[in-house]
Amino acid sequence: MAVTEYALRTLPRPQVVAHEVTRERRGWTSWFTTTDHKKIGILYLYTTFVFFLLGGVEALLMRIQLGTPENTFLDPATYNQLFTLHGTTMIFLFVVPIFAGFANYLVPLMIGARDMAFPRLNALSYWLLLFGGIVFYASLFFNPPEAGWTTYTPLSSNAYLPNGGIDAWIFLIHLTGLSSILGAINFIATLFNMRAPGMGWSRIPLFCWAILTYAIMILTALPVIAGAVTLLLLDRHFGTGFFDPSAGGSPLLWQHLFWFFGHPEVYIMALPAFGIVSEVLPVFARKPIFGYKAIAASTVGIAFLSMLVWAHHMFATPTSTVVLAFFMLTSFLIAVPTGVKILNWLATLWRGTIHPKTALLFSAGLIGVFTIGGISGILLAIFPVDWQLTDTYFVVAHLHYVLFGASVFGIFSAIYYWFPKMSGRMLSEALGKLSFWLVLVGFNVTFLVQHSLGLSGMPRRVYEYPANPAWSTYNLISTIGSFILAAGVLVTAYNVVRSVKRGAIAGPDPWKGNTLEWFTTSPPPENNFDLIPRIRSVEPMKDIRRRVERATEGDYAGTPAAPERAPV
Amino acid sequence: MPPGPATRRALALALLAAVAGSLLLAAAAFADALTPESGGSPNAGDIDSLYKIALYIAAVVFVAVEGALVYALIKFRHRRGRVAAQIRGNTSLEIGWTVGAALILIVLTVFTFAKLNAIKDPARSSASGLRAGATLEASVDQPAPPGGQALKIAVNGQQYIWRYTYPNGAFAYDTMVVPVNTTVTLDIEAQDVIHSWWIPKLGGKFDAVPGYTNHTWFKIPKPGVYDGQCAELCGRNHANMVARVKAVPVADYQRWVAQQKKLIDAANQAAVAQRKTLNATPSGS
Repeated sequence: MAVTEYALRTLPRPQVVAHEVTRERRGWTSWFTTTDHKKIGILYLYTTFVFFLLGGVEALLMRIQLGTPENTFLDPATYNQLFTLHGTTMIFLFVVPIFAGFANYLVPLMIGARDMAFPRLNALSYWLLLFGGIVFYASLFFNPPEAGWTTYTPLSSNAYLPNGGIDAWIFLIHLTGLSSILGAINFIATLFNMRAPGMGWSRIPLFCWAILTYAIMILTALPVIAGAVTLLLLDRHFGTGFFDPSAGGSPLLWQHLFWFFGHPEVYIMALPAFGIVSEVLPVFARKPIFGYKAIAASTVGIAFLSMLVWAHHMFATPTSTVVLAFFMLTSFLIAVPTGVKILNWLATLWRGTIHPKTALLFSAGLIGVFTIGGISGILLAIFPVDWQLTDTYFVVAHLHYVLFGASVFGIFSAIYYWFPKMSGRMLSEALGKLSFWLVLVGFNVTFLVQHSLGLSGMPRRVYEYPANPAWSTYNLISTIGSFILAAGVLVTAYNVVRSVKRGAIAGPDPWKGNTLEWFTTSPPPENNFDLIPRIRSVEPMKDIRRRVERATEGDYAGTPAAPERAPV
Repeated sequence: MPPGPATRRALALALLAAVAGSLLLAAAAFADALTPESGGSPNAGDIDSLYKIALYIAAVVFVAVEGALVYALIKFRHRRGRVAAQIRGNTSLEIGWTVGAALILIVLTVFTFAKLNAIKDPARSSASGLRAGATLEASVDQPAPPGGQALKIAVNGQQYIWRYTYPNGAFAYDTMVVPVNTTVTLDIEAQDVIHSWWIPKLGGKFDAVPGYTNHTWFKIPKPGVYDGQCAELCGRNHANMVARVKAVPVADYQRWVAQQKKLIDAANQAAVAQRKTLNATPSGS
């Protein structure tokens, strides 16, 4: 008797606890009040995709203007406003926040958590982003900014652009920056505290490594730009002269502050896409990721080095050669971990059995296209060569090979890979492949010739150019390509709209995924998981499937249903 | 009938051949499409050759990576009965390619520093170049050309025009007239917003930043005209802020700069005279 009582007191007992389950809120108002990381994630994804389409329309208007020499379709002011809106939109309202959207949706699911660490802060992040975008786009009805997304002073000072466009841009930076910083704190807290039992740092998915690094970089870089735009605001309206040489200030100070943020920002936009590739390739090659630790380490290495390369954007400024050489060498250095990633991805495909679904195609496309952006980056890092290439269409081509080639290809891969989880339905593979080929061909037709355009001397940010036969040909090719690219993007947009209602039912795990988000239903319930498994490797779903397979063959070892002795 | 593996491979090979062929043809047709502008000044030529070295290395990396990617996508496609190799990594291979990547960059660094001085430091003026009246100036970062003979021109960027001031006080806008075979050093400044000085065939860009003086140089061996334009966004008419350098024989340059000076002095004197007449007849009385 005593023994039994003792056992009752000390041995863990199975218990069933039934909480009252509140009904999930539905209807359109639930989207305003939600703190569910999945709903917030979807709000992010739709909002940022709308901004992506807006930015795309701005790009097409510019391409129409540049399609023929001495075109008068747009006046110079409108053209300058368009490239400012395009760059700012794509960076602050599309690429950075769409990764926050994916991370919001996926990080808790991937680490076996039931929500983010701070759900209400998470909602605040989204609404700050939306209102940042609205404040910025409201300037369309007054005077949109026209100093480019880099907003160099003195051009952006009150003396040269006194209207409110630059101020709208400053508020956008503050609001979206605060949104990103709060989001970053949330991701870090979630990743540090809410991982499933057994999920050590060497077992979290590589996408989560990318998001952790993304969040840390946001915390390091965004406060700097917030400070810089505050100084600009003070210069513009409150009589200070931080950037005004006649008041003892320096226009180069702005450039240093801006690029101290601006270069990490490039990797803030690229690393999550790299994380997506590292998730997609192993699933569709049916092979573990090659060199998990090397990829995770290279992510951290890139993040660290990205804080030390900023002045390679300033090679043509009056700066001493020692400084130029330092920034050339650090920029070379960052190519090493980036190259390591590409080679690890290739090795992941090598000797796999590749299922060429659309998600895999976009990830493979990323490797192919981003390689070109990486190589042109090395050419630009050689500062005497950069003296010829900087501020030309070569740079425009390079930055699109990085930001479209890495970020957007990664985003499209993510859409095709995770749409079934988010909606419960499959996207059409036929439309997906059509979209992929249109995007791949359109992208390269648009941007490959821009290298030659820059090499033959065409500067960027010009609203017109003289009728020079080479420039006219390259520009026309580029404009044609941009419409092919736009068609590819629209096919995917249509695919999403169509499949939300009419796609084939996906089931919980249509791709035989490796990570925990495939352990729950599609779409997942509000609490994500009823049961969180113990994590034993970086591919928990593979372990679970293996155990289920063994159990169906009658081997229950390692399952809760394991009997005393396996039946023969 | 669906294409068999052999047909598919043949198709892929044909596609690769077509792509490679068209790339080669394009390269031949636009030989200059792949390299920066050069031919006006030795520093532009040196940048061009440094770029080419980097481009050749880049081309090897490009072909290797893209080749491996396309090969893997075709060769390791899922087929019935094929099993993926469950490999999680290979430390020596990974260390190998990390070191390999670093080595490529060391090679690039060596080439860059080997070429750097020729690009950065002004060359010596030729014997046939301008001699008389030349000034000698050096900045911390840019040593004076050996022999000390150089023509120094102050370049000033303003919305949306370039102004050039010569050592004798003469100035000109838009077109800079310079003597051949003479090292010309530029002191580049801006008076309103940031501009960037760039004549592609004469070397790289140098930003004109208010409050700073930037420096570059060129030396043109033959008479000719070289066009460029402002390369840093400076406002609405940034696209129309053009610059032109016209290289003329030394004697022509001397005649031109003296004439320009004379015209400016005459215009100044006329303005002074006009002001005197205006002051002598008080208006409104």
